[in-house]
Amino acid sequence: MICIARYSVAVVLLSLLAGTARGQEPQVRVGSKKFTESVILGELLTQLAASTGAEAEHRSELGGTRILWSALKRGEIDLYPEYTGTLSKEILAGSDASTIDEIRAALVPEEIVVSEPLGFNNTYVLGMKEELAEERRIRAISDLARHPDLRFGFSNEFMDRKDGWPGLRRAYALPQRHVRGMDHDLAYRGLAAGSIDLVDLYSTDAEIEYYELRALEDDRAHFPRYDAVILYRNDLERRAPEVVAALSTLEQAITAVDMTEMNAKAKIEGVSEPRIAAEFLERRLRLEIDLHDVSAWERFWVNTVEHLFLVAVSLSGAIVVSIPLGIVAARFGGVGQGILGTVSIIQTIPALALLVFMIPLLGIGAAPAIAALFLYSLLPIVRNTYAGLHDISRPIVESAIALGLSPWQRLRLVELPLSARSILAGIKTSAVINVGTATLGALIGTGGYGQPILTGIRLDDVGLIMQGAVPAAGLALLCQAAFELAERRLVSKGLRIKAS
Amino acid sequence: MSHPTSPIIELKQVTKTFGATRALEGIDLRVEPAQTTVLIGPSGCGKSTLLRLVVGLIGRDAGTASFEGSDITPDNIRALRRRMGYVIQEGGLFPHLTAEQNVVLMARQLGWPERKWRNRLGELAELTRLPMDALSRYPVELSGGQRQRVSLMRALMLDPHVLLMDEPLGALDPMIRSELQMELRGIFRRLGKTVLLVTHDLDEAGYFGDIIVLLREGQIEQRGTLEELVNNPRSEFVRAFVNAQRSTLEPLREESRS
Repeated sequence: MICIARYSVAVVLLSLLAGTARGQEPQVRVGSKKFTESVILGELLTQLAASTGAEAEHRSELGGTRILWSALKRGEIDLYPEYTGTLSKEILAGSDASTIDEIRAALVPEEIVVSEPLGFNNTYVLGMKEELAEERRIRAISDLARHPDLRFGFSNEFMDRKDGWPGLRRAYALPQRHVRGMDHDLAYRGLAAGSIDLVDLYSTDAEIEYYELRALEDDRAHFPRYDAVILYRNDLERRAPEVVAALSTLEQAITAVDMTEMNAKAKIEGVSEPRIAAEFLERRLRLEIDLHDVSAWERFWVNTVEHLFLVAVSLSGAIVVSIPLGIVAARFGGVGQGILGTVSIIQTIPALALLVFMIPLLGIGAAPAIAALFLYSLLPIVRNTYAGLHDISRPIVESAIALGLSPWQRLRLVELPLSARSILAGIKTSAVINVGTATLGALIGTGGYGQPILTGIRLDDVGLIMQGAVPAAGLALLCQAAFELAERRLVSKGLRIKAS
Repeated sequence: MSHPTSPIIELKQVTKTFGATRALEGIDLRVEPAQTTVLIGPSGCGKSTLLRLVVGLIGRDAGTASFEGSDITPDNIRALRRRMGYVIQEGGLFPHLTAEQNVVLMARQLGWPERKWRNRLGELAELTRLPMDALSRYPVELSGGQRQRVSLMRALMLDPHVLLMDEPLGALDPMIRSELQMELRGIFRRLGKTVLLVTHDLDEAGYFGDIIVLLREGQIEQRGTLEELVNNPRSEFVRAFVNAQRSTLEPLREESRS
């Protein structure tokens, strides 16, 4: 009990720290998806907004279209860069909107505004190694029909989109069976390693040149135009008209060559997105950008605070709820099986899916991540509490009854102390799972150790991945050690010593 | 039969079934004050069930059961238990508490001041001849005999009117067992407590028991002193039970007497 009290003090402190780390609510929040071009565009928009004096925040690398779109609609971000093809095929799927004017009209009821195109069309292309394409004499997508043995590796989003693989296969009657979904950035590596033959690319990807790829011609004009635009909430025009005006200076300002160059700087030369964006703005728009470089230690500290915040809040919540649930499960047979079944089912929901389910309810950021982590932490604690209580031998229970202890006294003085080790083992398991799973929170903008991992995967930067993975593993070990110590305090010596 | 005093425990026509098995059937039993009543019989005869029924660990299906004149019901059983001390075979000590914590647990829950429970603890340690340094040990660090002494101390802590003991010496090796038998009988006599004790051993029953109650398949076969059971067995079963237990020892005793 004392330990739990101390624990909650720690939680409150952590939340305060996290609060100060987040600072004041900024006036303009820009979102971006978890691929490099989107991050660069998001950074351009953020710096541009900040140049008007507004307090601008970039919530970068927030997963895919669905996450960004619902965050925009809920007002958790004010704007983000999007593509017309994605708008017509994904967000407005089912409507006939395809030109920018039709899209704009269709988004009026949603209170979302579409800017003029930024100037480049980043459509999907299919790419394969120049050498293999030459050998098989493949120039256009329709040529693929003659090579059913080719192995395709598509980004997960492409696998699901209507204009992605399902539509493409129908449009070109493609016969290939070896089709796998994978992360876009990993697909390049698969291609380089020779484990797949063909990937989906964005036409402005730096890798096309870097990996010597041939972009196949879309000879049946299957892919729509993917003109980059800015999506923003219409209240921004009222709240920050100077920001909207500044953003409009980007319209028709970025050519496909510009974008491909910027992508190459990030992915091949390893320049940071803020720097790339600042250089572009200085060169093209003659803006003075004052970049605040974040040191690696500063970033590590922020990630640590964010990660601890997620873990501490979700785990304490889970402890407070799970132990009583475990007690109820051990006491009441029928209800007990129901409880154990329910928490087991929760555990089988894939982590990413659970995070995405939470977004309509709780938006993006820490709240949905904490809710998901909380749910994941339930099972080990509930099950171990149940097992601990259930395994107490009958003579002990009966002695407690015969002594005249009330049910509550029995639970408090005998049964819970005897189950302490089992319950702590459950909490330990939950903590370790929690620390690991919390890295996925970065996909919905929670920060934490998942952030460098996500960025590292995107930029193919193993060092950066390690900056997230190593501390996460360290934190898991630290949790383990902390509970080991707690065990010494909370589990009676009488249960720890062996009979001589 | 007439009884000059009112019984401490009185069961009338008590029946208990577990599923299809009749564990107890039409039991009539009076436990007289300041006497030691021993329940004996082969395994499965219902002797432990009877004891567990009195302490309220199981309910009865039919009949009446009273303790010091009050009907034993689920509502009052917790209050009645403070006047009963229950000791089981392995002691049933709580492994996460030291010997001392085990003994004084209930007294402290009832809000006894420290001086009072410390005095009582000292008295009981002396009575059961438990070394003082054993009090700070955990059950796993105690010998089997010490564990039973602690268990007895715990049962006696609130100065109960009755001691209910289910094979209290059953798990001990023979030397310690006979030593503890002697001590226990001394304690029973000194305290003048009413005792209801379960054993399967006729020697032990004869040693402790003012009255022996022999059970068979959930029914009382015969009730009487050891002499009555030996000399006037009421049935073939009683004779066989007595002979089976005495046959190994008797010839040796005859020899040593001659």
